[in-house]
Amino acid sequence: MSVIVLIEHTGGIIKKKNFEAVQYGAQIAQKMGTTVTALVLGSIAEAEMESLGEYGAKKVLHIADGRLDELHARACAAALVAAAKKENSKVIITLHDINGRTIAPRVAVKLNAGLLAGALSYPDTENGFVIKKAVFSGKAFAYVNIISDVKVIMLMPNTFPPNKVEGKAVIEKFDVSFGEKDFGIKVKEVNKVKGEVPLSDAEMIVSGGRGMKGPENWGILEDLAKELGAATACSRPVADSHWRPHHEHVGQTGGTVRPNLYIAVGISGAIQHLAGVNGSKTIVVINKDPEAPFFKAANYGVVGDALEVLPRLTAAVKKFKEQRK
Amino acid sequence: MKILVCISQVPDTSTKIILKNNNTSVSSDGVTYVINPYDEWYALIRAIELKESGTANEIHLVTVGKADVEPIMRKALALGGDEAIRIDAESNDPNETANHIAAYAAGIGYNLILCGKESIDYNNGTTGVMLAELLGMDFLGFATDIQIEAGTAIVKREIEGGEETDACSLPMVISCQKGVAEARIPNMRGIMAARTRPLKVIAPAAQTPLTAILSYELPPAKTGIKLISPDNMDELIDLLHSEAKVI
Ligand SMILES: Cc1cc2nc3c(=O)[nH]c(=O)nc-3n(C[C@H](O)[C@H](O)[C@H](O)COP(=O)(O)OP(=O)(O)OC[C@H]3O[C@@H](n4cnc5c(N)ncnc54)[C@H](O)[C@@H]3O)c2cc1C
Ligand SMILES: Nc1ncnc2c1ncn2[C@@H]1O[C@H](COP(=O)(O)O)[C@@H](O)[C@H]1O
Repeated sequence: MSVIVLIEHTGGIIKKKNFEAVQYGAQIAQKMGTTVTALVLGSIAEAEMESLGEYGAKKVLHIADGRLDELHARACAAALVAAAKKENSKVIITLHDINGRTIAPRVAVKLNAGLLAGALSYPDTENGFVIKKAVFSGKAFAYVNIISDVKVIMLMPNTFPPNKVEGKAVIEKFDVSFGEKDFGIKVKEVNKVKGEVPLSDAEMIVSGGRGMKGPENWGILEDLAKELGAATACSRPVADSHWRPHHEHVGQTGGTVRPNLYIAVGISGAIQHLAGVNGSKTIVVINKDPEAPFFKAANYGVVGDALEVLPRLTAAVKKFKEQRK
Repeated sequence: MKILVCISQVPDTSTKIILKNNNTSVSSDGVTYVINPYDEWYALIRAIELKESGTANEIHLVTVGKADVEPIMRKALALGGDEAIRIDAESNDPNETANHIAAYAAGIGYNLILCGKESIDYNNGTTGVMLAELLGMDFLGFATDIQIEAGTAIVKREIEGGEETDACSLPMVISCQKGVAEARIPNMRGIMAARTRPLKVIAPAAQTPLTAILSYELPPAKTGIKLISPDNMDELIDLLHSEAKVI
């Protein structure tokens, strides 16, 4: 019996959120008196896989099949099921991100396992296997008991920051025979936003609303983002007016983000906007209207004109960085 | 071509969540229920567009819910479905919901099943994928554009850090989000026509839930927002560093 965690990598690089998932799995495994095994698919260097040991993985199962360099959800699900059976895993973990969300539900069906989408806590095993998740777009939380014997958990990224420990995972080659149907989807074109951190992975975000007045003013917002190393986002009307590209739109109908720091500039804080950002750890609101609803959801507030405050804030970040050199 | 659109009923976005029964359930007092926005604005409207362009010839709508979901199904029919099916069951477990829909859809031979990217009540986004697995179909999620060409779906969809265009032969399940269609509102003709369109109720097969919601909790109100003078951004940076520990 073990806990198994599916690892995603981008062209051989494992991103932080996967370390979070491994460590999450390791903690659960420890409680259950067992160990955590990571499953890695496709072409990747041994050293990169071994580093999973620094987050608690004792073993890595590696399926080197080159077809898995592209994400084929059905193949990934088949691989995860095969690995879970081999390891006799009762707990299967993926991330609650775009990839995890197309893989884990298939695994749950194949194994007749209860599924928890978007875990925000460790399972409470005092009264079953109870995990907290956000519902109603962050307006409430639910405590969900997974009743089935086998359990599938999709962990919300950026929930438990990973800490390195000593350790090196042992790599074991693993083979799975796939069916033709597992690769039925043909990728025709991929457009990655170059050089930018995807919003869903960003740890800091500077976001602008209609209070920025027009696209010509975004330079000062981007200056702040650059100085902080933050990604940029916007409210829906801003994307709808083509001031900013659509992928930057956050909120109920746009992307959901959970950064450590969300700086909202000239955004009123409508409930539909909050739905996409209320998982942020710290929220700073800059708005000239002291009555703007966003202040109710914020940790820090600045009442002032965005166009004046932004350059001052950027200068303060610069100064802070200089002092710490 | 026959399209099935999965419709889920959810509280309107502006609803204030109130808990009752010792936090074990969510109050429905004063709550306005609507069609899940992703199902209405994107999945259903795209289905209607495909029918209008002659690509599809029949649109069915399915929901898993009790009799109280019928008003939103009528609204969906007014927008443009040919027939609505209500599977008479209440389910809070995604696996159970997917099994109900799969049991119904398996024998019909739908070429395309559309659903929303997630329901805005339980925010799972799992029903469509599970349905695809149960029906042995392919699935593409988070679609922003759907074209059908000679039995193949060309789907543009969101991926981590970008966008991808995929081709997949039908039948399949696609979950829809912004971009797939432009929202529209029902017109009088649609509303009148919807009255005569069938809303069938079918009995559910027994399902065993694999999860159960034990209780709910409201997020603690953010108290003590700290206001910082716009002339003192150094103080803000200092707080973000030493108090919030985010920079
Ligand atoms: C079903 C539905 C779904 C929706 N989904 C989303 C969504 O996903 N995301 C989203 O963002 N919205 C969404 N909306 C829209 C949402 O309700 C709001 O209309 C929108 O978020 C408002 O955007 P805003 O704050 O940029 O603009 P406004 O509401 O116009 O607010 C502008 C703010 O800027 C401030 N301001 C003005 N000038 C300055 C200045 N010089 N300096 C500083 N502050 C200034 C104003 O005081 C005001 O608070 C949705 C709406 C509906 C009905
Ligand atoms: N009770 C239901 N009846 C019919 N379709 C549903 C139901 N619940 C969810 N769906 C569909 O599945 C999608 C994803 O929902 P969920 O997995 O609940 O987040 C929704 O957008 C609907 O299209």
